[in-house]
Amino acid sequence: MTQTSENGTVLSVRDLSVDFPLQKGVLHAVRDVNLDIKRGKTLALVGESGSGKSVSARSLIQLVDSPGRIVSGKVNLFVDGTAADITAMGAKSPHIRAIRGGRIGLIFQEPMSALSPMHKIGDQIDEAIEIHLGLDKKAARKRTVELLRQVEIPNPERMADQYSFEYSGGMRQRVCIAMALACDPDILIADEPTTALDVTTQAEILDLIKRLQEQRGLAVLLITHDMGVVAEVADEVAVMQKGRIVEHGTADEIFYTPKHPYTKRLLGATLKLEHASDHKAGTYDPASEPILKIRNLSKHFGHVGGWFSRAGPSIRAVDDVSFDLHRGENLGIVGESGSGKTTLGRMIMRIIEPTSGEVIYTGSDDKDQDVLALQRKGLKKYHAAVRMIFQDPFASLNPRMTVKQIVGDPLKINNIASGRARDDRVAELLEMVGLSAEMMDRYPHAFSGGQRQRIGIARALALDPRIIIADEATSALDVSIRSQILDLLLDLQKRLDLSFIFIAHDISVVRYFCDRVLVMHKGKLVEIGEAEQVCTTPSKAYTQALISAIPNPDPRNKRMLHRTRFQSEPQAGAEA
Amino acid sequence: MGQYSTDDVAPRELGHDPDDPALAEMEDDGTEADGRLMGLERAGAWRLAWWKFKRHKLAVASGILVLLIYFVAAFAEFLAPAAPGDYAARYTYAPPQTLRIWDGEEFGLHVTGYKVEVNPESLAREFVNDPEQKIPVGFFVRGSSYEFWGLFEWDRHLFGPLDPDQPMYLLGADRLGRDMLSRIIYGTRISMTVGLVGVALSLFFGILLGGLSGYYGGHVDNVIQRIIEFLLAIPTIPLWMGLAAAIPPTLPPVQVYFMITIILSLVGWTGLARVVRGRFLAMRNEDFVTAARLDGASEVGLILRHMLPSFASHIIAAVTLAIPVMILSETALSFLGIGLRPPVVSWGVLLQEAQNIRTVATAPWLLLPGMAVVITVLALNFLGDGLRDAADPYSK
Repeated sequence: MTQTSENGTVLSVRDLSVDFPLQKGVLHAVRDVNLDIKRGKTLALVGESGSGKSVSARSLIQLVDSPGRIVSGKVNLFVDGTAADITAMGAKSPHIRAIRGGRIGLIFQEPMSALSPMHKIGDQIDEAIEIHLGLDKKAARKRTVELLRQVEIPNPERMADQYSFEYSGGMRQRVCIAMALACDPDILIADEPTTALDVTTQAEILDLIKRLQEQRGLAVLLITHDMGVVAEVADEVAVMQKGRIVEHGTADEIFYTPKHPYTKRLLGATLKLEHASDHKAGTYDPASEPILKIRNLSKHFGHVGGWFSRAGPSIRAVDDVSFDLHRGENLGIVGESGSGKTTLGRMIMRIIEPTSGEVIYTGSDDKDQDVLALQRKGLKKYHAAVRMIFQDPFASLNPRMTVKQIVGDPLKINNIASGRARDDRVAELLEMVGLSAEMMDRYPHAFSGGQRQRIGIARALALDPRIIIADEATSALDVSIRSQILDLLLDLQKRLDLSFIFIAHDISVVRYFCDRVLVMHKGKLVEIGEAEQVCTTPSKAYTQALISAIPNPDPRNKRMLHRTRFQSEPQAGAEA
Repeated sequence: MGQYSTDDVAPRELGHDPDDPALAEMEDDGTEADGRLMGLERAGAWRLAWWKFKRHKLAVASGILVLLIYFVAAFAEFLAPAAPGDYAARYTYAPPQTLRIWDGEEFGLHVTGYKVEVNPESLAREFVNDPEQKIPVGFFVRGSSYEFWGLFEWDRHLFGPLDPDQPMYLLGADRLGRDMLSRIIYGTRISMTVGLVGVALSLFFGILLGGLSGYYGGHVDNVIQRIIEFLLAIPTIPLWMGLAAAIPPTLPPVQVYFMITIILSLVGWTGLARVVRGRFLAMRNEDFVTAARLDGASEVGLILRHMLPSFASHIIAAVTLAIPVMILSETALSFLGIGLRPPVVSWGVLLQEAQNIRTVATAPWLLLPGMAVVITVLALNFLGDGLRDAADPYSK
């Protein structure tokens, strides 16, 4: 790596190290990182949680959160024919402030929190322009409207006068991009810009960044954990692990001739989820009697009217959905945010009471039960047979209880085992999910995300369930841990005769795990069918658009660029 | 413009910062991270909270001071050199004496005596410390007898003049020649327990009504919140005055004391109820509570086993911050003459003596109970702040 500014490098990072002093010792968050960001090119920095990729990016503009600090290295910015060393500038100096926003634009993961809800969108961009470019109000507004037009916000003059909460997630991210570009920066740092967005929106945003890059010759540093996104947009890739860059090369090199074992593992975990699992239990028999029948289930949320207000119009979160779950089957429910898939899962558990419809459960004694009519006692029995795994492994475990208490609680409440017998059962459950029984006395905070999710699974298994509803059970986890958890669930299915309803927004996970897939859009069931068929040759236009927007982890075969687009009813057209 | 996600997860999935450096080393697939978390792994929430509290030096110091003050309240009879009602007309408004060890000739703990001089300007008789006179003092001396906690009779005091008939006024004397130090010590008992009993009552109502309000929501919540708003809308001083005026003057002091605590907690519970309600509302839909509900936990089990422990530490902090409010309210009421009345001794009652500007000018030590109030209230507030910060050991 001996590039200089002559070959288009606008920002060069040499031997950058960032330390975080902790109570005991020092955490070396970033170690000897070297990067070259070139004009018109996209460099992707990939790694799993905690690899130091965000800290690296933030340190490029002296934005490391306290108590972290840059301990060594140089960050050289080549603009206007001169080199400026960013690490030599004070974190609050006017020079660095001129560079942030002026030379280097930033966009973050969470477009919701990056915008003030108290000010109109236009005013927020105007302000940035007034500060950095010293334009007057009128000129600033003109430029704001122009920027909003560039980021393809329809009707920019009118939209500038709206507030951020009137924008959808994708449009907010567009506004953030417009703000980042307000002062014509040379470099754009995008920190997980699409992680919080749906796949179709993600595709739109990545497309937009690509187009703006071509128009302006921007150098882009894209930070992401998603190898699919990397393959779709990156020219060069740097793979980070534990604060170090373990491999660096062109996208093609990284994907086709990876050298470092970590890169191989990361790619392996991503590619593994690109096809159906070969561990599937194969217990699914479409001809068998279903054990769970959902008929015309609907949920309307709406204002019922109180003392001072009239009843407002209701939102149909779930609208007339029917399907069957067979014994030993893995049924996936996919959809974008707001499609009603979580509400559907919660209605089956009766955490949310349905507005109308039927849920029929066939118990182990072959008797049909109307779940929605169950009273206290019956519901308790139903909840023992149909269990749930939650999305967030941090929120779903009581931080004040030990693992033994958490996993043993269902046994205690249902008077299944006590004392010694309960401890033995908890140990057995923990070993079943791949944890050591010695960990029983620890509290959840001592475990990693993947381990916590295993604890959640052990709790679900405690009552010998027949059906498990997993609500986004793997979406908070890193890709390598994601496939481990999915394999664990498949393995448990073989041993314990389970059926799964697997709710996810990530189609690759569903394809890997499920026998059949149900696609939801705006509360309605769009399509239901064999997983392989829905994921490869979907019949409905919406599903086609959804599938084609998924990034393909293959730089030689970029799927997103050739995606099909879906236009539903006219009012949904405003969605970015 | 799209629909807002009513049920979905995209933002939640980022609930923890994936690039939090503290998590950097913990987040790994296997169990290899375990060795690095020695000690932390088995520490429960309470132990973590204690670790965090310990780092807050001011709060720890205040905590020790508060314990000391309650210790004084518990052992008032023994710690006070004299009984609160012991009067000596000879020593009206006697100024504080100085405590000395060395009198110029020999060692020996003693206080100086008084002599009376006539002020040449005002021609009033005034006490002056007389270094010539020596009143020897000692520890564990005999004095007025008292019934210790109603258990046994005793006449030993921690500290006092060797000869019980000689005067010792370390913090001066009041209008009737009563020892201010002893009275402040006895006042501690009443003032501090009014805070405790009042807060205990507030806590009971606060948790009960706030819990009902937050857990059930809907109409129950609506009704309880409107009651709270109504109570908070009434100006407190007139409300107290009205209620205190309703206490029959013939009532024995102990009953007046309880009436006052009830009056104080009548307003005090509203704040706690709001804290509790907010916590319940936030926690009702937490995943781990939903999980416990699906485990089959009953409502009582949910509240007692899963929800209350999660915010018990917050309640403790809220209580610590509520006690000084109670103490101040009692002081204010008694100062205005509508709270506790003599012969009951509380800091507020003592401060009644300091209402007259002329007495304050001649005997400024009558304001010392005010110092006691200030120190106690500050200590409780610092302690409460420290506890509140420590209450959530998982926050930064």
